[in-house]
Amino acid sequence: MKIAVQRDDFDLGLEIKRIATNSKIGAIASFIGLVREVNDGATVGTMTLEHYPGMTEKALAAIVEEAQGRWQVLDCTVIHRYGELKPTDQIVLVVVASGHRGDAFAACEFLMDYLKTRAPFWKKETTPEGARWVAARAADDQAAERWK
Amino acid sequence: MQVKVLYFASVREKLGLNAEDLELPVSVATVADLRAHLRARGGVWSDALADTKLLRTAVNQDLAPATTAIKAGDEVAFFPPVTGG
Repeated sequence: MKIAVQRDDFDLGLEIKRIATNSKIGAIASFIGLVREVNDGATVGTMTLEHYPGMTEKALAAIVEEAQGRWQVLDCTVIHRYGELKPTDQIVLVVVASGHRGDAFAACEFLMDYLKTRAPFWKKETTPEGARWVAARAADDQAAERWK
Repeated sequence: MQVKVLYFASVREKLGLNAEDLELPVSVATVADLRAHLRARGGVWSDALADTKLLRTAVNQDLAPATTAIKAGDEVAFFPPVTGG
């Protein structure tokens, strides 16, 4: 298992290569979140991600542990960036390795849904109208609710 | 008792403060009590910590509801709903 909160970019290929060394693995599912250029009707210049050092790592570890209790997770990687990013930059990576695809897909989606509602990150965007904090979305809460 | 209080994102910006060490009166026993204690400072404090729907709290780096008890040495954080991912 690897959990990282970092300024630096990540490489999906390298992360998968690092995981795919266990011969019990039959499926690897991954998700990457990117900075969108248009968000809530405005053009985004930069996006700055703030987080709560300490709690962030703790929250991500708890979410991974919960996924391990629900599905077969042979290995998993969660990387979330912070600092200043721009449109098309990668923000977050989740990789889940399992024996079969069902568990890999489900655990990957679950990790993203829980991460979005429980990990202490906050996005601030600059737009032509000025800087603004991104508001939490009800759709994200609903996505997390369905796993209960 | 002494606690450490942290502020993040829009709450931090409104208050112009990241963190502070606070000596609390014995009447402050829960997260809700601490919030009321801080709001009593007035001005931006009353505003930034007002809306319970848009205010989240953590005690010792775990999300915690307003009813959570706090004790000496705890780290309490106030922040808006998270927007990572």
